[in-house]
Amino acid sequence: MPLFWLFLIVLAIAAGAYLLARSRVLSMAGDDRRALHSLPSYYGSNAAMKSAVPALLLLVAWLLAQPFIVDNAVSSLIPDAAIADNSSRALVMAEVRRTADGLDMAVASGGLTEALARSEGLDLDVATSSLQEAGAIVTSQLTEPVLAAAQQFRALNTIGARWMSVAVIIVALIGATWGIREASPAFRARNTVERGVRALLIAAASIAILTTLGIVLSLVFNTIEFFRLYPASEFFFGLSWAPSFSGRGGASDLGILPLLWGTFYISIVALLVAVPVGLFAAIYLSEYASPKVRAIAKPLLEVLAGIPTIVYGLFALLTVGPLLVRVFGDDGLGWMQAGTAVMTAGLVMGIMLIPFVSSLSDDIINAVPQAMRDGSYGLGATQSETIRQVVLPAALPGIVGAILLAASRAIGETMIVVLGAGAAARLSLNPFEAMTTVTAKIVSQLTGDADFASPEALVAFALGMTLFVITLGLNIFALYIVRKYREQYE
Amino acid sequence: MYDAPSTTKEAVVTDVKIQANDVQVYYADNHAIKDVSVAIQDKTVTAFIGPSGCGKSTFLRCLNRMNDTIDICRVHGKIEIDGEDIYDKRVDPVQLRAKVGMVFQKPNPFPKSIYDNIAYGPRIHGMARNKAELDEIVERALRRGAIWDEVKDRLNAPGTGLSGGQQQRLCIARAVATEPEVLLMDEPCSALDPIATAQVEELIDELRQNYAVVIVTHSMQQAARVSQRTAFFHLGHLVEYDDTSKIFTNPEDSRTESYITGRIG
Ligand SMILES: Nc1ncnc2c1ncn2[C@@H]1O[C@H](COP(=O)(O)OP(=O)(O)OP(=O)(O)O)[C@@H](O)[C@H]1O
Ligand SMILES: [Mg+2]
Repeated sequence: MPLFWLFLIVLAIAAGAYLLARSRVLSMAGDDRRALHSLPSYYGSNAAMKSAVPALLLLVAWLLAQPFIVDNAVSSLIPDAAIADNSSRALVMAEVRRTADGLDMAVASGGLTEALARSEGLDLDVATSSLQEAGAIVTSQLTEPVLAAAQQFRALNTIGARWMSVAVIIVALIGATWGIREASPAFRARNTVERGVRALLIAAASIAILTTLGIVLSLVFNTIEFFRLYPASEFFFGLSWAPSFSGRGGASDLGILPLLWGTFYISIVALLVAVPVGLFAAIYLSEYASPKVRAIAKPLLEVLAGIPTIVYGLFALLTVGPLLVRVFGDDGLGWMQAGTAVMTAGLVMGIMLIPFVSSLSDDIINAVPQAMRDGSYGLGATQSETIRQVVLPAALPGIVGAILLAASRAIGETMIVVLGAGAAARLSLNPFEAMTTVTAKIVSQLTGDADFASPEALVAFALGMTLFVITLGLNIFALYIVRKYREQYE
Repeated sequence: MYDAPSTTKEAVVTDVKIQANDVQVYYADNHAIKDVSVAIQDKTVTAFIGPSGCGKSTFLRCLNRMNDTIDICRVHGKIEIDGEDIYDKRVDPVQLRAKVGMVFQKPNPFPKSIYDNIAYGPRIHGMARNKAELDEIVERALRRGAIWDEVKDRLNAPGTGLSGGQQQRLCIARAVATEPEVLLMDEPCSALDPIATAQVEELIDELRQNYAVVIVTHSMQQAARVSQRTAFFHLGHLVEYDDTSKIFTNPEDSRTESYITGRIG
């Protein structure tokens, strides 16, 4: 039974349970609705919840568990002899899965009958040719153990799916009966539904947290793997970044310092552009601009935030870079060799960050109570004195938060760096030289045809982990500042 | 000042600090103050009384142009302080507010230390030449605000951390610190206990020696105790304005009488 139908059936059972529970409790209460503990719809919701939620949970759990169980069962059927020397059990299993998919396709396209696809007497040549006709990806002649395993694989999956349908529907029905039988006037359906809602919300929150945890764990494991192949001290303190790409021996230098330096240098240039401009724009918009100007200017500024960063990258490459070269290049001041430089990427990234800083700061400044401004005006302060000495200090924690948010964006930005700053890892103080950042190198390390188990590829995870720790530290620092300030002034 | 036609008239002119004529205030379409004319005298405490929402705060805010900060608010009519039209284009509202101080209905300390709250105005107006002078101004203001003893050990603690009544006195001290010529106080004692109230009333009486004080209050007893003149507002109109003793013993308007005896409000 297709999953979609199963899902609909469960929903139908839940809907039926809702109606039955509702009408049951109404008839038990007679005409006097005040005898009910809760509104009738709560009794219905309780029954619907009890039938749908456990059934759907079972469905999800089954869908997650079945592939593992079937894989294990089939895998143990493959004799060791069937695994070639230069292969592994995992590779053979992949082939089994492909073959099973191929059989499905052949049956669907009519090349094989379902009965034949299941039968033990299926000839290898017939199977191979019908699979190829059906367009399945089979590289070579099928072997006997693989075909047998694939057949077994399909059989187990079919049985699993059938039992899953039965189990899910039974659970739904049991839940429905339970919910309907509970529906009596004294039952506290409202409180039960309340608990259900809370559980739902907790589940949503935990999915977000668990995903983060999963991401961190995958980073950690790969990072540990990397440090097994490459000394950590050289990674953290090495002054040069020179990976050997071919993987043909030749030691790579994988020191993170040039990349971190590039990241920080570019981010600092970007923040030097974005923070003053963004903050001043926010102050103008929230304190000085008339409502009409504000209504037009604010959305316009926020359009900047919607531009994809690759477009900014092109802007850096085609406009800002050449412009800077004309001024600072050999024809001008002679400080700059080419258009790709820290300055180019930093300026453009700063422009990209302006709306982040301005729109967050604007909201925060607007949230400062008018009474605070009135107090200052009432003492004979001018508008700019009021902003400098009352509004901004009151809004400071929020503004610091906005700036740190912009900083994390800057540190994580990739496209502008790739197009604007070049790809050379370099430790230098000259902002007109090309440099590169951690993120840009993560991309270039993973998009080659490098072996995924080599240190040259695994270093990407170590880089990612470092970046993650840095941004985490930044956020914790931001929270700390905000807290400290709050304690002082609230 | 002006060439007055007669000596009696001149005596009145010098005595009047604020002269308002036919003042109308609108919040968008809401006509909040209607035809109010009033002469507020120097070195006198004037009390504004009236039921909630009748426009006392609104009128008070006209006197130092605080209504400028409300977009939808429009003020018509003429208000003169020392014979100068404060709604004239040449008048700088910032300067005006330094001269006409205000204590707001809701306490609004700045998110700064107690010391900085008080020093805010004096610093802006350059009233102290050095730290010692500023310290002196701050202490004097806090003493006049009847809060010195409570905060003298924690001048660097945030002003927002004080209790509601303490914040109210902090705001009074803050307004007094800039030495305004006119002090507008919007329900300055609404959150104060009887002792602090008595201290603030003492302060008001002391300020009267040099300044004009206008106080909005919901307490008839307070109006009777501290003020020499009382104005009764009702639904945006100035119903009656006279000597306090007259208003409370022998009001002319029946609405005034019902209000002070507690029948409307
Ligand atoms: N900022 C504002 N925007 C719009 N309308 C306002 C505003 N402030 C006051 N009003 C209106 O003006 C009228 C007078 O208000 P005001 O605050 O002056 O009353 P009040 O006499 O001070 O009352 P209370 O004793 O409760 O403080 C009310 O009808 C009120 O709704
Ligand atoms: Mg008021």
